[in-house]
Amino acid sequence: MTAPTRLDAYVDGPRADSEGRPMFQLIAPDGTLTNAGEQLGVSVELAQELYSDMVLARRLDQEALSLQRQGELSLWLMSWGQEAAQVGSIRALRPSDMVFPSYREHAAALCRGISPADLMRQWKGSSHSGWDPKGPRFHIYSLVLGTQTLHATGYASGAVMERTDEVVATYFGDGAASQGDVNEAFNWAAAGSLPVLFFCQNNQWAISTPTTIQMRTPLHVRAAGFGLDAYHVDGNDVMAVHAVTTLATERIRDGGGPALIEAQTYRFGGHSSSDDPKRYRSDDEVAGWELRDPLRRMETFLRGANAGDEFFDALAQEADTFAATVREQCKGLAGADLGDLFDRVYVDAHPVLDEERLAHAHHLTTLGSEN
Amino acid sequence: MTTMTVGAAINAGLRKAMEDDDKVLVMGEDVGVLGGVFRVTDGLQKDFAEGRVVDTPLAESGIVGTAIGLALRGYRPVCEIQFDGFVYPAFDQIVSQLAKMRARSGGRLALPVVIRIPVGGGIGAVEHHSESNEAYFAHTAGLRVVSCSNPDDAFHMIQQAINSDDPVIFYEPKRRYWEKGEVLTSPTRGLHDAAVLRSGTDCTLVAHGPTVKTALAAAAAAEEDGFSVGVVDLRSISPLDTETLRNEATSSGRVVIVHEASTFVSIGSEIAASISESCFYDLQAPVLRVGAYNMPYPPASVEDDFLPDVDRVLAAVDRSLSY
Ligand SMILES: Cc1ncc(C[n+]2csc(CCOP(=O)(O)OP(=O)(O)O)c2C)c(N)n1
Ligand SMILES: [Mg+2]
Repeated sequence: MTAPTRLDAYVDGPRADSEGRPMFQLIAPDGTLTNAGEQLGVSVELAQELYSDMVLARRLDQEALSLQRQGELSLWLMSWGQEAAQVGSIRALRPSDMVFPSYREHAAALCRGISPADLMRQWKGSSHSGWDPKGPRFHIYSLVLGTQTLHATGYASGAVMERTDEVVATYFGDGAASQGDVNEAFNWAAAGSLPVLFFCQNNQWAISTPTTIQMRTPLHVRAAGFGLDAYHVDGNDVMAVHAVTTLATERIRDGGGPALIEAQTYRFGGHSSSDDPKRYRSDDEVAGWELRDPLRRMETFLRGANAGDEFFDALAQEADTFAATVREQCKGLAGADLGDLFDRVYVDAHPVLDEERLAHAHHLTTLGSEN
Repeated sequence: MTTMTVGAAINAGLRKAMEDDDKVLVMGEDVGVLGGVFRVTDGLQKDFAEGRVVDTPLAESGIVGTAIGLALRGYRPVCEIQFDGFVYPAFDQIVSQLAKMRARSGGRLALPVVIRIPVGGGIGAVEHHSESNEAYFAHTAGLRVVSCSNPDDAFHMIQQAINSDDPVIFYEPKRRYWEKGEVLTSPTRGLHDAAVLRSGTDCTLVAHGPTVKTALAAAAAAEEDGFSVGVVDLRSISPLDTETLRNEATSSGRVVIVHEASTFVSIGSEIAASISESCFYDLQAPVLRVGAYNMPYPPASVEDDFLPDVDRVLAAVDRSLSY
């Protein structure tokens, strides 16, 4: 019997068995092609592009974490370990597809052209968000877990009214999947057959809470129960994530309704720069996941596919330049001015804020005169 | 000029807003085919293009959350919350998402969303159908909160609310839905202006929504006893029209606030503080509040005693006059 050469033959498993489907993989953790990888083939050119995105994203995390340790940032949440899930998915979307991220999607944000400065300003305490979503078509981060999934769903219902063929993507975590809003969004999008791609990065932890506390049924099985097209993918295999996201978005664009991709991945760092993950997870567990590191796997694959030193050297140099940019941009970030904020609460004039703006300005002048 | 009920006036206002701007959408539970449980959206689904009047799943957080997504795309959604007591599942989406998006985005994003809420008691309803929760939303920066009391305001204020680029919580006085009044072709006031319905030299009553009628009846009764009692209809709860309040407080020297919400940490509390700060030397008596007792809304058989009525308002006026 010959193995199938169509992606759907690998990713479309049974819909609602409580065990879930096996994760789809193209490249095994040791960098070799899986059976599906052999049959379907993997583009080395695409692999190089996605690998480059991941290397830069990891460099941002490393730099930002040390900037936090040096007191330049007050907090940093790392995408470290989750680069493949983010890069593979966002690169499979069209640049015109709107994205509603959670708060850990720096790797995805970089792919949309958002600058390190814009990514860091929120974590320096300069602002609550860093960028205008209109250009990158990437909404500001949502820190209240899962709320953004409803915004994406509403945005997608507008797309249906306008009969566009866009996909609206939203990212969230395994912990957020327990929130009411996320489940309302699944149901709402399914009932309305809306073009939403729900992308869950199951990084196994929600701060100190493991997924076993969040759910009994795997998320992709739960999603199928809601009527979503559900996919289960190795989130540390960037090529597999890209392939599955491509398939899912094609089906959504064809009017197939919403889909969920559950990407199995791992948060290598703490929840944030303030977290101490040693309090709740073992070194062995981390070591086990390090063997599945998304970057190492791609480097091995690419070296095996004859990407030469030239490619890796050039990338290393690009990463060093990028790192310098990150440091420079971080140090250039200015704090907020309280006086500016009075004008940003309402669109139209508001008497309370008008009065308070004046009172605040006046208060500042009295401080000056006492010196 | 035509005569219509409060409910019909909101319906007409929605219709007008939808005709004027095809970005205006109506969404909520049972608002389409049924026309809403109070029939406020009656006929709109039939008369407008598909997708403009949407029967949603029964999920309040979803109603507001998806309205936010639509507003980010340039729509102006008008959400109906079926009853006051059912807005709480949407609390986060209103308070942390809708209200804060502009500030969080550094002033880049605007969310022109209106949330209509039939409010208050007096219709003999079961629990969760008679609440007055305006203080929660008035306390939240980023929201505007208004409350109409009559057909003319209902017609114009709903349109003004829809035209606002800021999110608006729009309260509709449930027990006044069926009361008739004249509706003028153009608005006489801005969305956030209070209306002095009658001036008084002895005392000023301040009310909004369903208690405006109560206040007017109390003022008429006081007049028979020889007292000149004025009535201010707030119309806007956030922001408050402090200038009108200050003027009326200054000229009468006595203020009694009447609302259905319980008085503890209420709009009345805010008005009392504000008037005390700005009119201290002109006041003849402390500002008094008449509202609900601080208990969950009681069973309907006792709601007539629970809601502020003419007698309780007059008792407060007497107390104010006794200083
Ligand atoms: C509604 C809400 N509850 C609690 C929190 C605090 N909190 C922030 S992140 C987090 C864990 C989220 O885990 P998960 O969704 O798996 O995402 P991850 O951080 O692992 O990417 C918690 C509890 C929050 N931000 N929002
Ligand atoms: Mg997680």
